[in-house]
Amino acid sequence: MSSKPYVREMSKTTWFLSQPRYKRYMAREVTCVFIFAYTFLLIVALARLAQGPDAFQEFLNALRSPLGVLFNVAVLIATVYHSMSWFNVTPQAMPIQMGEEFVPGKIIVSAHYGAWAVVSLIVLFLGV
Amino acid sequence: MAKSNKPIFWGLFAAGGTVTAFVTPVLVLITLFAAMRFSPALFTYEYLHAFAANWLGKLVIFGIILLSLWHAAHRLRVTVHDFGVRADTLVAYVVYGLAGLGTLLTIIYLLRI
Repeated sequence: MSSKPYVREMSKTTWFLSQPRYKRYMAREVTCVFIFAYTFLLIVALARLAQGPDAFQEFLNALRSPLGVLFNVAVLIATVYHSMSWFNVTPQAMPIQMGEEFVPGKIIVSAHYGAWAVVSLIVLFLGV
Repeated sequence: MAKSNKPIFWGLFAAGGTVTAFVTPVLVLITLFAAMRFSPALFTYEYLHAFAANWLGKLVIFGIILLSLWHAAHRLRVTVHDFGVRADTLVAYVVYGLAGLGTLLTIIYLLRI
């Protein structure tokens, strides 16, 4: 190591604002906060479910507040962003080789989007 | 070479990222419907209780919650670092602690149904 190592001037807290792709990276990473919060909402729902019909109805009533709607809209945007960011990098995360050639990234990504649509439609069909 | 616990957390992160990518948006959409009083079938006491009453249903619920928790916890640890917090050991204890607590509570509640 040289005696005067080069240290790049960079803010520890706002570094990602300097480039659009850093912002997209941080947007993707921050989706985890919403997924974490939503999962704890599911755990609360499970707790109320275990307590009986009245407790579960109380939970539903609490969910039906402006805050409940707003929270779910925010989580929906974050999870859709997470899904898209997750599927868009699948060709890099798991390249598939057939013979000498690699399967084109577009096909892998489209297959994921297709499967996502099928899963979503099945759950919607069963759950609405 | 020192033993590393990275493969465990990384594996849960990757599996969780995949599960949440496929399943969570539609679940949130249904929760949003419930919040907007559209009363989707999935979010009624009868439907959910019947689903969680058998072992396959319990396993599905446990799998989704477990993987979502550990995916989010692992990514949150990195994200907190990216926002300039350098107390990684403490952060790891807090986020994995929360995920562990959530996992434990999920098991307890599922067993009570």
